Amino acid sequence: MQADIVLSIEHVAVHFGGLIAIFDLNFDVREGEIVGLIGPNGAGKTTAFNVITGFLRPTSGNVRYRSTSLSGLKPHEIAKLGLVRTFQRTSVFQNNSVFQNVLIGLHDRGRSTLWDTLLALPREGRSEQELVQDAHEILQLVGLEQRASELAGTLPYGEQRLLGIALALAAKPSMLLLDEPVSGMNASETARCMKLVEKIRGSGVTILLVEHDMPMVMQVSDRIVVLNYGRIIAEGPPAAIQNDPEVIRAYLGQGKKRA
Amino acid sequence: MKRLLPLLWVLVIATVPLWLRDQYFLHVTITTAIFIIAAMSLNLLLGYTGQLSLGHVAFFGIGAYASALTTLGFNVELPGGLSIVHTPWPAVAGFVIGVIVAGLSGYAIGKLSFKVRGAYFVIVTISFAEVTRLVALNWVELTQGPLALTNIPPYTLWIPGIGEYEFWNKTAYYYLVAVIGLLAYVIIKRLVNSRIGRAMVALKENESLASSVGIDVTRYLVLAAVVSAAMAGAAGSLYAHYVKIIDPDIFLFIYTVTMVIMVITGGKGTLAGPIVGGVIFGFMPVIVRSFAAPAVQWILYGALMIVIVFVLPQGIVPAIERWASSWRRSRVGNDAVVLAGSKVREE
Amino acid sequence: MDELLQHVVNAVILGSTYALLGIGLTLIFGIMRVVNFTHGELYALGAYAVFFLEVSLGVNFFLALVIAVIVGCAVGAAIEFVLLRPLLDADIDTTMLVMIGAWIVMQNTELLYWGGVSKAVMTPFPEEPLQIGPVFVSWLRLFVLVMALVLIGATYVLINWTKLGKAMRATFQDRDTAALMGVNIKGIYTATFAIGSGLAAAAGALLGPVFLVTPSMGDLASLKAFAIVILGGLGNITGATLGGFILAFVEEIGAGYISSGYRDAMGFLIIIIVLLFKPTGLFARAERIG
Repeated sequence: MQADIVLSIEHVAVHFGGLIAIFDLNFDVREGEIVGLIGPNGAGKTTAFNVITGFLRPTSGNVRYRSTSLSGLKPHEIAKLGLVRTFQRTSVFQNNSVFQNVLIGLHDRGRSTLWDTLLALPREGRSEQELVQDAHEILQLVGLEQRASELAGTLPYGEQRLLGIALALAAKPSMLLLDEPVSGMNASETARCMKLVEKIRGSGVTILLVEHDMPMVMQVSDRIVVLNYGRIIAEGPPAAIQNDPEVIRAYLGQGKKRA
Repeated sequence: MKRLLPLLWVLVIATVPLWLRDQYFLHVTITTAIFIIAAMSLNLLLGYTGQLSLGHVAFFGIGAYASALTTLGFNVELPGGLSIVHTPWPAVAGFVIGVIVAGLSGYAIGKLSFKVRGAYFVIVTISFAEVTRLVALNWVELTQGPLALTNIPPYTLWIPGIGEYEFWNKTAYYYLVAVIGLLAYVIIKRLVNSRIGRAMVALKENESLASSVGIDVTRYLVLAAVVSAAMAGAAGSLYAHYVKIIDPDIFLFIYTVTMVIMVITGGKGTLAGPIVGGVIFGFMPVIVRSFAAPAVQWILYGALMIVIVFVLPQGIVPAIERWASSWRRSRVGNDAVVLAGSKVREE
Repeated sequence: MDELLQHVVNAVILGSTYALLGIGLTLIFGIMRVVNFTHGELYALGAYAVFFLEVSLGVNFFLALVIAVIVGCAVGAAIEFVLLRPLLDADIDTTMLVMIGAWIVMQNTELLYWGGVSKAVMTPFPEEPLQIGPVFVSWLRLFVLVMALVLIGATYVLINWTKLGKAMRATFQDRDTAALMGVNIKGIYTATFAIGSGLAAAAGALLGPVFLVTPSMGDLASLKAFAIVILGGLGNITGATLGGFILAFVEEIGAGYISSGYRDAMGFLIIIIVLLFKPTGLFARAERIG
């Protein structure tokens, strides 16, 4: 019994002037899945990501999230629907503390209005208390509780990426899009991140991730989608993908297994 | 000790007229305080939300003109034969109208200006202010143009125990401005320490990241613009009913620059910054004028601005905080200060 | 009809100097991404330089023009070297504030030295205007038009046919790649600022005798220059040239037929309207200068 489709990318194409970044992308993600999007450099993974999350308008095609069309929606509107992404570079608010970062992510969970704030009405205080509580919980989940008062920009790179995930989690996603979550991480940081990803899926969040780290992606994903030159060249469980001649050819053409 | 400090400041502010007897210095204090309110409002937009709006004086002037015109009454004929006649209302109504009109223009200008960013945003805001100035200069039927709006009546409030009171007297006006100033401070403080303030700081640092967690960037930019403009309009009204005469020169770019200097040198993005900057640049002319011509004063300001940008780019208040923090560190030990310092930042 | 023709002629002459202003700023703003508030001050400096050379030093008018432009270049280079180079990678707010500071210092220095009273610059041209058909043109204005066109042409040649121009275009397109290809970015920035300032000074030197010379003449010039740059698209010389003429036409026609008081507002209205509806400018081609 297959789970419902939560994200469907339908005939998405992206042209930059004469350059075709994505030809005709079609794939789905089902509830509770962890889907890995891989492909050599320049294959169009980040472009696809940007289209799905509203940071780039596709030349044609449509993206649907739980049967709501995302066409024309702004990034914050898409986030409010439950589809939240992380960023690979500048994944956190560098000049704020770790705790502040998560509080910012919790923005939409706040209940108070402008007047509550200005008049210091009780609802403001209560709402803030709830948010502080939530922030502590999220930091505990990703394991950054002891870093709470430190400036995000001073964190080691691996922990910044974790904070980026915490930030996204704060926005209460029903689907999380991770942009190269372990890039630049060492082995132990990567393992830590993988555990976190499983924990997040366990709490009911569907996950789509873009990654170059092959062992990580193969281990963590239920299903893999392979992109090359803006097209899907293979789709299936990790074991099948690892042995797919098309995929191997695409990567060997680039020279390395770990692209 | 920390709780006592604000109370101490309020006490100091409340007692100023008692020891500042010189009417001229009291006058300077009042105008400085009015400008500080305007600077605080600019700080919300510039310091906390990170938008370098260089048209801020437009809101100040719009507040001043709206308040004055409400109080003086006017009679204009619009193209198409439509004639608008307004009979004079009490000055307090002028204040309210000034705030509202300024806030509305903040909304309009904000909604339009935030379609662009960076340098273009700066230029658009300057342009709006200049257009406003030229309208004030040329729409003589409404604003009297360069002939100025004169004889603007002072506020009259009904004060329990005294009855109807007209705010002619400098001391009385000082208290009025101080109360509004305190109110403005509290409003800004509550705003920036709230969820809304966090959204503003977030979008100042990274708009894409902020929108990815559901923050509607445009909405908060416009909100900051409206609150900021309304507050500047309040300052404008206070100014109009104090000096009792206003002309289109109130819209000159140089006043925006003054406010910007106050905020930047004091420390943008801090609560105390505009106040410190305001005090410095409000009183500096008084001290400098005894030995230098106005042109020289301005050369000093320009030079000071450049120096501050190079030497203390964050402004005076953060520099003092850093110094105080390192002094504490040498006495108490590093970890305690980091924890304490981070609490300060979360304020 | 005659009146219209007169306005057109006036607009063409004014437009040529506006074009100089605009080209100078589009180079600076485009290549260096600096909001150059001192641009108008270089314009004023050009006018004051001619005045000073002529009146205080008795220098011949034409020679004074040349010297004024050179002074403009030199001052521009100095500003860039002292104030902007140390802030090479600072954010736009910082450089903007420094430019504002410099603008305040420059204008008030002029005010201090020459006072607020407007100065007149003498020229060796005859007073009576030339009549071409129904239109009257003064010799001076004709000279201004010719010189402005010459300078515009010279700039065009500089940007498109010299090594320096090539380096400038490369820096405009992609600074980092240009640096990797061996372009001395710091040097290019100084040269760009110097050239742009020189053009502004030229515009001021040429228009000084036409209008009067006052310390605040630079303010409107700055803003109009920005209007022209925005109209024509950042870094687009042809766009700036056309933009200069368009602004002059709008001003002339607007002042002539609608209201002269709002003449200066035309520039700002253009800025607002263009930025809100077509932020890349009317003539924007993808990222090219020349």
